[in-house]
Amino acid sequence: MVEEIKIETENLNVWFDSIHALKSLNIKIRKNEILGIIGPANSGKTTFLRSLNRLNELNPKYHSSGKIYIDNQDISKSDVNLLRRRIGMVFALPIPLPISVFDNISYGLRMQGVRDKKILSQAVEKSLKAAYLWDEVKDRLKENSLKLSGGQQQRLCIARALATEPEVILFDEPCSGLDPISTAKIEEAMFKLKENYTLILVTNNVKQAARVGDRTAFFLSGELIELNKTDQLFTIPKNKRTEDYIMGKFG
Amino acid sequence: MNPKRRQKIVFSLLFISSLLVITPIFLIFFFIFKEGIKVISWEFLTTSPARMGGGGVFPAIVGTLYLTLGTVLISVPLGVLAGIYLSEYAKENLLTRLVKLAIINLAGVPSIVYGLFGLGLFVIFLRFGASLLSGCFTLSIMVLPIVITATKEALNNVPQSFREVSLSLGATKWQTIRYCVLPYAFGGILTGVILSIGRASGETAPILFTAAAFYLPHLPRSIFDQVMALPYHLYVVATQVPGVERRVSYGICLVLVVLVILIDLIALITRYQIRKKKLW
Repeated sequence: MVEEIKIETENLNVWFDSIHALKSLNIKIRKNEILGIIGPANSGKTTFLRSLNRLNELNPKYHSSGKIYIDNQDISKSDVNLLRRRIGMVFALPIPLPISVFDNISYGLRMQGVRDKKILSQAVEKSLKAAYLWDEVKDRLKENSLKLSGGQQQRLCIARALATEPEVILFDEPCSGLDPISTAKIEEAMFKLKENYTLILVTNNVKQAARVGDRTAFFLSGELIELNKTDQLFTIPKNKRTEDYIMGKFG
Repeated sequence: MNPKRRQKIVFSLLFISSLLVITPIFLIFFFIFKEGIKVISWEFLTTSPARMGGGGVFPAIVGTLYLTLGTVLISVPLGVLAGIYLSEYAKENLLTRLVKLAIINLAGVPSIVYGLFGLGLFVIFLRFGASLLSGCFTLSIMVLPIVITATKEALNNVPQSFREVSLSLGATKWQTIRYCVLPYAFGGILTGVILSIGRASGETAPILFTAAAFYLPHLPRSIFDQVMALPYHLYVVATQVPGVERRVSYGICLVLVVLVILIDLIALITRYQIRKKKLW
């Protein structure tokens, strides 16, 4: 069976001034999969994510070479705002904007010019349900989102990313500050989401990649060392360095 | 010396320093109030001066209000926009570094220099004459660094993550600034406005040649009229006119101080109301 390729990079190099953060990266990400990315700190995982929605460009020291294709379109040629509507992102720490739950989730749509209350309400409800948060906040939509707990805030951020109906969602260590129960809820949401979305999950938690990822990639010092089906990567890694990392010998 | 005693000594030092800092302020207020209150009357506040050093200060109050209002109207939009540009758009290069350096240095220029500059540019070259308009422009140039710096600081204090969230949701750069950065910088910007109000309403030198009238017992009829202003009136009454009772000067002082406090209070209450609504 031929898998449909959603994202493809071609010799992607990223520098921040003289620091070579990503080195000749060639990677293919399939549609409707969860790709886990593991690797020690400073291995380029987050840089890779932020290349995909072109958030790296905010950094004045950033420059790059190579190509990234989404649905075979070169993203450097697409309108950056339209691109970011297609690619949602959930950051490491929950970053709710200090406005109401409703306003947070409808933010992306409102910025697209949607004013119709009914459409916004529907989108908010749908996104919150998909992020497994609806039952907890349906009576608190008008409340300031900073009043939610940490785990709820992170699911709020997922719902917010979903509301613009993206095709790809990038998770940048989404559970790093959360307790195990909140983590479990977010992983549950991810499983459900992959039916409709392509997910990329950067995580410091090797076990999380093992639990959630269909395939897992191992990054080291800006290079892709190994990419394989999750069960294969974790049971019979081909590369010695992958094995060392998984076994906890470094990192 | 044991740590507990050392702690006590340090605490006392800190406490005494703070006390020393606020003592002069209280003393100034105390003397101005004690002396000034004697001449304050309804008549003093609402009538024109009958002769120099006598009668009321109404035209000077109105003049100072006009000058302050005009300065805010010119400097705040200009300063806030410049601050947004410098903080959000300008790339780090030699030119922007020069601009930033210039702004810092501008804040340290003596106010009489602004007065002479205003005389040259607005009064003579642009032919506004000595007028309310020239005065407002001159004061605006003086307070612009305050507004720009406050705006820049306020914007820098908004977490970068807010901008990233907004952009990652597909908002444009301007939408991000408008809906995700400015609302949270508003309090800080208002602080800058409050500071510039205090500065604009109290300065004498910048309006000396550009706007202030020595004696003008009526209100300005247009923006091209000269105006009386409290600080300049105070200077004139205290030093230029012989035989005026000292307490009249204190009275003018008191009016000026209370006026500035009242204007600041309005801004402070606005800021408080805005911050109360937002948790952040």
